[in-house]
Amino acid sequence: MSIDTAPTVSATALDATSGATTRRDIAHRLLMTLGPILVALVIAGCILLAVGVDPLAYYGFVLEKGLFSPLGIQQTLTRMAPLLFLAAGLIVAFRAGMWNLGGDGQFLLGAVTAAASAPMFVQVMPAWLALVCSFLIAMVVAMIWSLVPALLRAYQGVNEIITTLMMTFLGTSLANVLVKLAFRDPNTTVPQTRTLPVEDRLPRLFETTITSGLLLGLAAIVIVHLVMTRTAFGLKLRIVGANPRAAVHSGLGVPGLTVAVFAISAGLAGLAGAVDIIGVQGNVRADWNPAYGLAVIPAVFLARMNGFAAIGFVFLLSVLSIGGESAARRLGVPNHFTLVLVSIVLIVLALAEYFDHRYNQSRRA
Amino acid sequence: MSGFSSSSVAGRDIVALEGVTKRFPGIVANDSVDLSIRPGEVHVLLGENGAGKSTLIGMLSGLQQPDEGRILVDGKPTPITSPRHALALGIGTVFQHMMLVPTLTVAENLLLGGPWWQRPRTEELAARVAEITGMLGITVKLQAKVSELSLGEQQQVEILRAMLRNSRLLILDESTSMLTPKGIDELGALMRRLVEQGLAIVFITHKLKEAAAFGDRISVLKLGRKVGEIPPERFRTLGEQEIVSEIVELMFGKQKDDPEAVERPVRTARAGTAPLLQVADLAVAPTDNAPGLSSISFDIRPGEILGIAGIDGNGQKQLAEALAGQRTAAGGSIRLDGAAIETLSVGERRRRGLRYLTDDRLGEGTVGTFPVSINFFLKQVGAAPFWRNGVEKRAEIDKRAAQLVREYDVRTPSLKTPVARLSGGNIQKVLLARELAEGAQVVIFNKPTYGLDLANTLASRQRIRDTAARGLAVLLISTDLEELLGLCDRIAVIADGALVGTVENVDDARTKVGRLMIGLAA
Repeated sequence: MSIDTAPTVSATALDATSGATTRRDIAHRLLMTLGPILVALVIAGCILLAVGVDPLAYYGFVLEKGLFSPLGIQQTLTRMAPLLFLAAGLIVAFRAGMWNLGGDGQFLLGAVTAAASAPMFVQVMPAWLALVCSFLIAMVVAMIWSLVPALLRAYQGVNEIITTLMMTFLGTSLANVLVKLAFRDPNTTVPQTRTLPVEDRLPRLFETTITSGLLLGLAAIVIVHLVMTRTAFGLKLRIVGANPRAAVHSGLGVPGLTVAVFAISAGLAGLAGAVDIIGVQGNVRADWNPAYGLAVIPAVFLARMNGFAAIGFVFLLSVLSIGGESAARRLGVPNHFTLVLVSIVLIVLALAEYFDHRYNQSRRA
Repeated sequence: MSGFSSSSVAGRDIVALEGVTKRFPGIVANDSVDLSIRPGEVHVLLGENGAGKSTLIGMLSGLQQPDEGRILVDGKPTPITSPRHALALGIGTVFQHMMLVPTLTVAENLLLGGPWWQRPRTEELAARVAEITGMLGITVKLQAKVSELSLGEQQQVEILRAMLRNSRLLILDESTSMLTPKGIDELGALMRRLVEQGLAIVFITHKLKEAAAFGDRISVLKLGRKVGEIPPERFRTLGEQEIVSEIVELMFGKQKDDPEAVERPVRTARAGTAPLLQVADLAVAPTDNAPGLSSISFDIRPGEILGIAGIDGNGQKQLAEALAGQRTAAGGSIRLDGAAIETLSVGERRRRGLRYLTDDRLGEGTVGTFPVSINFFLKQVGAAPFWRNGVEKRAEIDKRAAQLVREYDVRTPSLKTPVARLSGGNIQKVLLARELAEGAQVVIFNKPTYGLDLANTLASRQRIRDTAARGLAVLLISTDLEELLGLCDRIAVIADGALVGTVENVDDARTKVGRLMIGLAA
């Protein structure tokens, strides 16, 4: 009946590309992604000009520091490790239609527990086992932290966007308190946890400073992608995300799956914290909060929750943040200009998407 | 009203379509369609699901552009570029789904779309509404909230809105599908008065009787082509029955007196066998927006079809959901083949052979964005051979899906097509294939032909008959009494969440069920 033919028809028009030649499709996708990024760079350049900074110099520093200098690229790749774990966690949650925005709280709690447990464990057991145990503890703590929003959402239908955001404030404060009161290193004046000796941290790759956490992060995001697209469990989560009523109708245990989604998502965020501490930082200072969790969200959206695309966007984000930090130091631009740049990229991409959509519709209509 | 006077030149086309063709991937939605729309005429556009009615409307209302052919407005070729442009040309569309803001009053809804920098001109509106409603003989409560109006009243508001914008051509898309029989008659009378004012109306329906009762001219679409037209001169000379049989001839190419006429059910129920489904004292607590159920009891034997008759909204959906396990029962027992299942989960009940064919095909029956192939197995996610060790076996899924597509005659461009893009009838076939496939013992059909066109309705009814003939127990919930009388062995009547009586489907069943439905003893 034409109840559904009306949307049917317009929807068919939208999708006309997806069935057609895939190569043109990919080329189109690339153009639609890279074009707006270039436009965004120009706009951000104008802003730099307006504040009296040479944009070419700024971008030059960003590229040099983030991408082309040997040290810079190593830092960029190292930075990717925690970001990849966070992105993997977000992909699980977003594909299941659950907006876990509490990544930062889960990340920090994972980081603090890893920082507290790793130096203790290395004294009593082999280093590799100690690191595995720290990872597990970080993961479990972050999972427990997600239980409140998960149970509220699963059994009371409370909006998880609000609860996870609130829990992230509590989580960052709790992490701070734990560092100052429970896990404080008595030998330092600044409040921080005991430092994991460099030789006990995750090994570096070859002769570089790149952490092997990068490989763990890549593995995590690829596994998550395959689980979400190729397995029954992933399909169940996607059904819950795409049509929760159909999930109930199909006999899926929606509350249980909801809790599982939060646990996996938060667990990966906790692992992100652990990989950053055990691989790179070695300890947690009380005021440390890199806010990676929120920074990764745009990258995951831009990648349309596709794991492989997310790797690319996370790389871009790392280049920008590593390069942006040093360019900021050299040129006196505020450090947060990176965020301005990222947000301009996002806005331009969204606009491009919108116009592309309009163009497709008018051409096919 | 300027809109009326300019269009009162009778006999000339307001809008004409010449050889209009529209293609979508995999289908030709309209294939060189000619159509002439004249003032003072109700032009009925009749066709099955997917015949191309909605595409045609989309092009007339500016949502889509034809690939070939042209549209003439007042005799001049005019591309209708946008809905706004269509309105400016005097083409107003009342879509099937209400496009009013339920929390606002009627007056506020009618004032929407005015210039934002001006105060809403309420007095002017009231005067114009009074003028139009007086002319049409309808009353519209301007201060009432839209959510308080019945669907029929909301539709009048939509028609009024189109009139306020000086429409000379009014397109009514499946306007009767949501209305009560009384509302349908009122709409018919209103359309008559509108065309008497010199308007042109395009009335889209798939119900033959409405077409014969309300139309002046009928165009029949089939698979995107216009297969026939009954012009007004001929229309007037034919009786209603002759018109219906001529349309059926055009639509299906086979002669039938009344296509919905029902055959006597084949009695397959074996009186001696033990019941497959036994429900005793089933109760469900009422919720804010749904009535509860109280002491529902019935048995269904293998091969038997039990009908549930009743006016919509008396607990039918709650009954189906409680049986399927989607709604918690407050008490009572459900036995499937002797074993109690009332505490089992939805999935476990399905595994034991209880199948629920929902009436909400897109809302809960399918995941619209997922491909057809996956939707066949939505209730079997993780089951072998389609998943092994939790890993999807795409080849197995596609093989079985292709088989089901053939077996159940699902018309889909491909297995990968998102299921929401299929027509309602084809979505229903996907659901039928899913629920009736191996392992079914008891099948609950909830309004299985609701919103389907004739061919799909007949096909679905045949599936229900075949299901019972295979020895399954069938519970058929329907608001269509003819359907129940045509299919069921017994008919129970539900009112206010309780079964008020059960009638054997023999000669005087119609009167007995009718009496029960209006609250009299059978």
